[in-house]
Amino acid sequence: MPPAPPISDLDQLKTHPALAALLAWNAAAVEGAKFDRDEMTIYVERSCIREACALLREHPEFEFNFLSDITCVDWTPSEPRFEVVYHLLSMSKKERVRLKVRLDGASPVLESITSVWSGANFFEREIFDLFGVRFSGHPYLRRILMPEDWEGHPLRKDYPVEGYR
Amino acid sequence: MAHLTPTPVLEPAQDRTMILNMGPQHPSTHGVLRVLLEIDGETVVRIMPDIGYLHTGIEKTCEAKFYQQVVPLTDRIDYLCPLTNNLCYALAVEKLLGLEIPPKAQWLRVLLNELTRINSHLVWLGTHALDIGAMTVFLYCFREREDVLRMFEMVSGQRMMTSYFRIGGIALEPPLGFFDFVRNFADRFPARVDEYENLLTGNPIWRMRTKGVAKISAEDALALGASGPTLRGSGVDFDLRRDMPYTGYENFKFNVPVGQEGDVYDRYLIRVQELRESIGMVKQAVQGMPEGPIKADAPKVVLPDREKMKTQMEALIYHFKIITEGFSVPAGEVYQGVESPRGEMGYYVVSDGTAKPYRVHMRAACLANLQTLAKMCEGRLIADVVAAIGSIDIVLGEIDR
Repeated sequence: MPPAPPISDLDQLKTHPALAALLAWNAAAVEGAKFDRDEMTIYVERSCIREACALLREHPEFEFNFLSDITCVDWTPSEPRFEVVYHLLSMSKKERVRLKVRLDGASPVLESITSVWSGANFFEREIFDLFGVRFSGHPYLRRILMPEDWEGHPLRKDYPVEGYR
Repeated sequence: MAHLTPTPVLEPAQDRTMILNMGPQHPSTHGVLRVLLEIDGETVVRIMPDIGYLHTGIEKTCEAKFYQQVVPLTDRIDYLCPLTNNLCYALAVEKLLGLEIPPKAQWLRVLLNELTRINSHLVWLGTHALDIGAMTVFLYCFREREDVLRMFEMVSGQRMMTSYFRIGGIALEPPLGFFDFVRNFADRFPARVDEYENLLTGNPIWRMRTKGVAKISAEDALALGASGPTLRGSGVDFDLRRDMPYTGYENFKFNVPVGQEGDVYDRYLIRVQELRESIGMVKQAVQGMPEGPIKADAPKVVLPDREKMKTQMEALIYHFKIITEGFSVPAGEVYQGVESPRGEMGYYVVSDGTAKPYRVHMRAACLANLQTLAKMCEGRLIADVVAAIGSIDIVLGEIDR
């Protein structure tokens, strides 16, 4: 049974609480949305991510109070190259929402959300380490899994699986 | 040889403090966690965990494998609960494919998943007690763990790296006598948990070493992304099995133990209570085990039975194609979270429509839980650091991946 095709029409999706809250706050912050396989994805404009997270965390009804995960996907050679992916969870309403920020390959920088969730610290360090995406305002942006003097960012698609020899 | 210099380096911030390096080979760090402590006498001023010693690049390796070839890699992430990892990955890919899993496979998954939780909690209880100085418990826990490992061996042929849950169902039917063995174990086990509790729960030395130690408030734990017993110990009542059920957990009756104080003792009580709840679920699963197939009806994804392969041309072709070319998965992305013994384990799988996953990311519960260590330990004694590390129940394989 093939899955239903994704919905990406903002008008159809705007009843979703997270999307509605973001649109009501700043419609320019939302670049798009996608509903696929029962999961909601919202594309957020890169300069707004910290405020968007803070807003959803304090959402009066849904309060997405738990940061499940942050990760990154490298779509090289297409641009924008990187997608930083945030998974938020509302413990009271048992809802998940996925926020995405698209970044170009030339200067992958975005704002750190450690001031919203201090737990973002290790996740952001991991992305910095493995993808080379920088987070401005991060308290300690150093390599976390790879050795400090490692060259390159292993999870980028142009990094060979066997490593450089 | 350039990577042998231990980094990062912590500099003492004040005149009266010094830096103490703990690990990576310290027995109480449960693997290869290195912890840098800035201490003022016996008091910890600052604490910095240093991880990455077990980094094996599993996420990168996944991108070079077919979907079904990733399953054995997931075992090796969290080596104390391989079946939970198998389950989470299988669920994520099944969601991408839109597969229906037959009820018997779902019940078997719950049964084995709870046995895995028992296995993991037994190792935790034994080693945690050993860290704090209660030697006997370790031997008792490993006695029961041996039985659980034997069950894993019965179903999958492996004691630890099981790879038993596959995309679309389960590898094989459990062998004859398996359910009797499980039933027998489930009858014996509650008395064994009483034994552990007799040794620890009321023990004045144990209480002194754990009560009020390494406290963390619910707000701090939530902000730091802690989950599982580490979060519930602080009084947040949330369990993915109950609140966002997957693979048929909605058919089971169980309680979610919640603590109040957020100290080592509460986290200990929660895990011991979870042992009892898990064995209750194992009993329910064995009693209500439905009949039927154990694999989804999807010949292009699920390997055919050996018998069919020997008699039917069609089955042989499908087998050959799956093994040599894999199966393609419709483009898309899913995030699947499950409640592992340590907290929320999540798999984020991105597909670009080919036979290999474009990206597999594991949300490691321990990685987030480890961040609570600083809040728990700063301003407290060095001896409590060992208790705190033990009470978070870290598995370095999962943190480093």
